[in-house]
Amino acid sequence: MVHSHTEALKPEMSYEVARTIHPITRWMRLLLRSKTGTFGFVILVLVALTALLSVLLAPYDPTLLNARNRLVPPFWSDGGSMAHILGTDHLGRDILSRIIYGSQITLLVSGASVIISAVIGITLGVVCGYYGGGWFDAIVMRVVDANMAIPNILFMLVIVGVFGTSVPTLIVVLGITGWIAYTRLIRAEVLSLKEREFIRAARSIGTRDRTIMRKHILPNLISTCIVVSTLSVGGNIVLEASLSFLGLGIQPPIVTWGYMLNEGRDYIATSWWIATFPGVAIAVTVLGILFFGDWLRDVFDPKAQGRR
Amino acid sequence: MKSYLLKYVLQVIPVLFIISFLVFFLIFIAGDPVALMISDNATPQQIEELRESLGLNEPFFVQYGLYMQGLLQGDFGTSFSYKQDALQIVLEKLPNTLLLGSLAMLIAIIIAIPLGILSATRQNTAWDLLISGASVIGKAIPNFWLAIMLILIFSVTFQLFPVSGSGTVMHLILPAFTLATGTAAELTRLIRSSMLEVLGQDYIRTAKSKGMSRSLITYRHAFRNCLAPVITITAMQASVIVSGAIITETVFAWPGMGQLLVKAISLRDMAVVQAVVFVSAFAIILLNFIADVAYRLIDPRIKYE
Repeated sequence: MVHSHTEALKPEMSYEVARTIHPITRWMRLLLRSKTGTFGFVILVLVALTALLSVLLAPYDPTLLNARNRLVPPFWSDGGSMAHILGTDHLGRDILSRIIYGSQITLLVSGASVIISAVIGITLGVVCGYYGGGWFDAIVMRVVDANMAIPNILFMLVIVGVFGTSVPTLIVVLGITGWIAYTRLIRAEVLSLKEREFIRAARSIGTRDRTIMRKHILPNLISTCIVVSTLSVGGNIVLEASLSFLGLGIQPPIVTWGYMLNEGRDYIATSWWIATFPGVAIAVTVLGILFFGDWLRDVFDPKAQGRR
Repeated sequence: MKSYLLKYVLQVIPVLFIISFLVFFLIFIAGDPVALMISDNATPQQIEELRESLGLNEPFFVQYGLYMQGLLQGDFGTSFSYKQDALQIVLEKLPNTLLLGSLAMLIAIIIAIPLGILSATRQNTAWDLLISGASVIGKAIPNFWLAIMLILIFSVTFQLFPVSGSGTVMHLILPAFTLATGTAAELTRLIRSSMLEVLGQDYIRTAKSKGMSRSLITYRHAFRNCLAPVITITAMQASVIVSGAIITETVFAWPGMGQLLVKAISLRDMAVVQAVVFVSAFAIILLNFIADVAYRLIDPRIKYE
């Protein structure tokens, strides 16, 4: 995986490509050179399309109950039919349709929460790094330490226990517990960035701190932010599914992959398909994100490859 | 050494303080626990008396003061669902979680060390590709799903292990393995990259050029030198194990802290929730401290500051 795109990452090569062709084409070429990166990208596009086109793709209404069609196995098993390709659950709902609709909540919750984490985390990271060593930095870093000592899911369970569960709550909860990943990395980067000549120069000609942070520091952090965000989306998908799985996340009638697993668990001895397919959906989506995230990291920082 | 210990303790105190404040703040917002603690046909006067005796009529900071006073004396309050001291209940469950967690960690290390070394020494071969691929997949599979699949395969289909519960060693195997996979995947990746870095060093080339055997180079010269980062990350995985335990214990009905927490949250038994948060935070901090000390012992180049 690491070595498969070594060639693609020689800086002079991408530079040459950059001079002659459109950026989108250049990115596509870089992507196609990495098998895992391409795989991840394809998965992500497929999941996004599924979420957007759920209404068109799903053969049934995901909440449609059908008492006569309970626990129908997938089509290749005895008793299964093409009418329900992945079978039905204990209430006769079509599993494929539920997985298709489930992708909407998965992407909505994980995507929206990452935006919240990014805004909080990047702002704090830049400010802490820029005024490194000050009292504000000290306080934020202690909060980061405290947060590291409590696993995210524990903290989230407490918040959910207090505020109850709904889609907006869950987005906010994931958002305000996920900023740590950004703050630590970005603070470290800003600490070294601010000693560079161009920042010193800006300061020496009297540029205001706020302008330096926004115009000179922030643009240099974009690649880190993109990589962290991609990997955070994957982490949040698993966290959201874990909460829903415990029955403490998003509640029915909204369809989520985690809750499907929760329901399927009770039927594992007789109807394996109910819990299996939503799990495949989660695992494949997260795998795609990990691959794509790794590829992004390699492209942005060729030196880092092989180090992980 | 002394000043190092002192510095570490001084860093831990504000961390615990922040955690206590966050937890108190959340529970303060959660509002009145009285409704859950008292029977439905209590008179308003009884409710008022209970509120008064719990100090719930005091302003925020007075309540916080009382709460901190309790905390410092090891008093996390009384669980209304168990009618027992909350800390006591958690400490009763702690050994089960420790047993599960340490077994999982052990399995993870036993899997990760040989695989990590193998994929580094055979870099870019089929072995390496297979191991690297497996470790990415291991990271991507959520452990609650893995738990269900293991139950499906080993308990339901082959009937090798019990589905859930506790009591025998057989009950421990599936949950421990579930919990171990994520950590094993992470450690394998880390050992691989850290070995690759060490194998590129000059002293390894020297050892090779003087005709030293391959296995001696790998184990005596390379592996030892890649241990330091591995230990740090292993300790950091403690927090992953704790969060994994919450789910794994629930799926396998393993009577540990995680299962207790999930029950307590659905009952809104906040005294127990608090106690679980503190006990696990404390355990994680302690483990990180041990790792930090071990790190310095293994690598004498790092000074106590």
